[in-house]
Amino acid sequence: MALGIGCSSRPGKAPNNKTGSWRVFKPKFNHEKCTKCGMCKTICPEGCIEESEDEFFIPNESYCKGCGLCAEECPSDAITMEQEEK
Amino acid sequence: MLEITEGSHAVAKAVKMSRPQVIAAYPITPQTHIVEALADMVADCELDAEYITVESEFSALSACLGASAAGSRTYSATTSQGLALMFEVCFNVSGMRLPVVMTIANRALGAPLSIWNDQQDSIALRDSGWLQFYAEDNQEATDLHYIAYKVAENPEVLLPAFVCFDGFILSHTYEPVDMLSQEDVDRYLPAYKPVQRLDADDPISMGMYATPEYYLEFRYEHDQAMKRARNAINKAGKEFGEMFGRDYSALVEGYRLEDADTAIIAMGSLCGTIKDAIDEMRSAGKKVGLLKIRCFRPFPAEEIRNALSHVKRVAVLDKNVSVGAKGAVAIEVRDALYGKALPVLGYVLGLGGRDVRISDIRNIVSLAESGKGDQFYGLRTEVL
Ligand code: SF4
Ligand code: SF4
Repeated sequence: MALGIGCSSRPGKAPNNKTGSWRVFKPKFNHEKCTKCGMCKTICPEGCIEESEDEFFIPNESYCKGCGLCAEECPSDAITMEQEEK
Repeated sequence: MLEITEGSHAVAKAVKMSRPQVIAAYPITPQTHIVEALADMVADCELDAEYITVESEFSALSACLGASAAGSRTYSATTSQGLALMFEVCFNVSGMRLPVVMTIANRALGAPLSIWNDQQDSIALRDSGWLQFYAEDNQEATDLHYIAYKVAENPEVLLPAFVCFDGFILSHTYEPVDMLSQEDVDRYLPAYKPVQRLDADDPISMGMYATPEYYLEFRYEHDQAMKRARNAINKAGKEFGEMFGRDYSALVEGYRLEDADTAIIAMGSLCGTIKDAIDEMRSAGKKVGLLKIRCFRPFPAEEIRNALSHVKRVAVLDKNVSVGAKGAVAIEVRDALYGKALPVLGYVLGLGGRDVRISDIRNIVSLAESGKGDQFYGLRTEVL
């Protein structure tokens, strides 16, 4: 996004703002442990977890804010939160 | 045409001829006569503008912010506590790059309550990203409003501007002022053409939320615009000089400075007193000169360096104090001269309406000659 004069902007949609940079911790998904139950996708307040073709669940890092709810709720402890270096 | 008029009324006339479309202001001493005069002009249909009566200075500048964002030429005026109440909006106006022009009838800030003059109010907003002009007399105060609009609205700049003139000392003084005609002003200052504006048919938002990835860059752009304002002031001031004979192209102005040993630096009406003091001291053989700072933001560091290349000492007179440091102008002048072995001595004086007389200027020059500075000048030690 180029800077508009005086931080001005045309109307758009929320996804135009890539909010993933707010994150401090990043969820790491362990597919060995994952049972593909879909709880993480249901619980993610960002709605940023998508099911991939092989039915595993993957967060979109452009929007994941690292809240950790997916890791907290995952019944198989397949998600760990790791501090992200920027 | 030469008119003998009160400073506030001269400013009001200049504002009227600048054809603002929206005025929002709240009366406060010593700014009141300006906005009263403008309210009369609007009520009498001499000025086709929307005059928004508001309940506070915060609302006054907020109304100007909105009107400017919608593409109008806007005006406000305030002083002291009123300006302090606008603090937040000042940063919003400049951050959104809206060319609002506002007169500041400089007055001390409370507490203690004081309605009298110093320049603490506008100086306290030196970091707010507004252009800051300081007028020596009412002629300059009047002319600087046209220049302020021209520079503020320049697409290379797009920043709001304070035109500061000393409360009471100038605002309530009758002086001859050469008023331009409406035709002259229209030739110099065409209608405002915003580069972007709020428009329901083509919506934009201004002053959006900036994450840490963007905020630093916005402030950089803001600072760059302020730096570009230098050039815009040079151009606008020169054009004014060519059209009307009074050249405001320089951000600083020297008086008998060419061969001076001691340079005095000051802003505002104090410069008139200093010029008289210099004439007296020159007759007595003392080589003293003045460097008047007309534009404090952008700060004319390079002009100051060039103008002072030959002097032996600099005495900076501040009608403000950055408590715990010293006068703001002294700090910045010393910064501008960084690396030069030139004594820069600061004197905080005239706060809260204390008169500064020719004899005071003479005393300060003597103090500077003996290397004594960085002090409050004129303290009544018997009440301490
Ligand atoms: S950490 Fe929070 S935002 Fe990120 S994927 Fe998990 S639930 Fe969604
Ligand atoms: S909640 Fe855990 S187990 Fe269920 S799909 Fe997500 S990662 Fe896999």
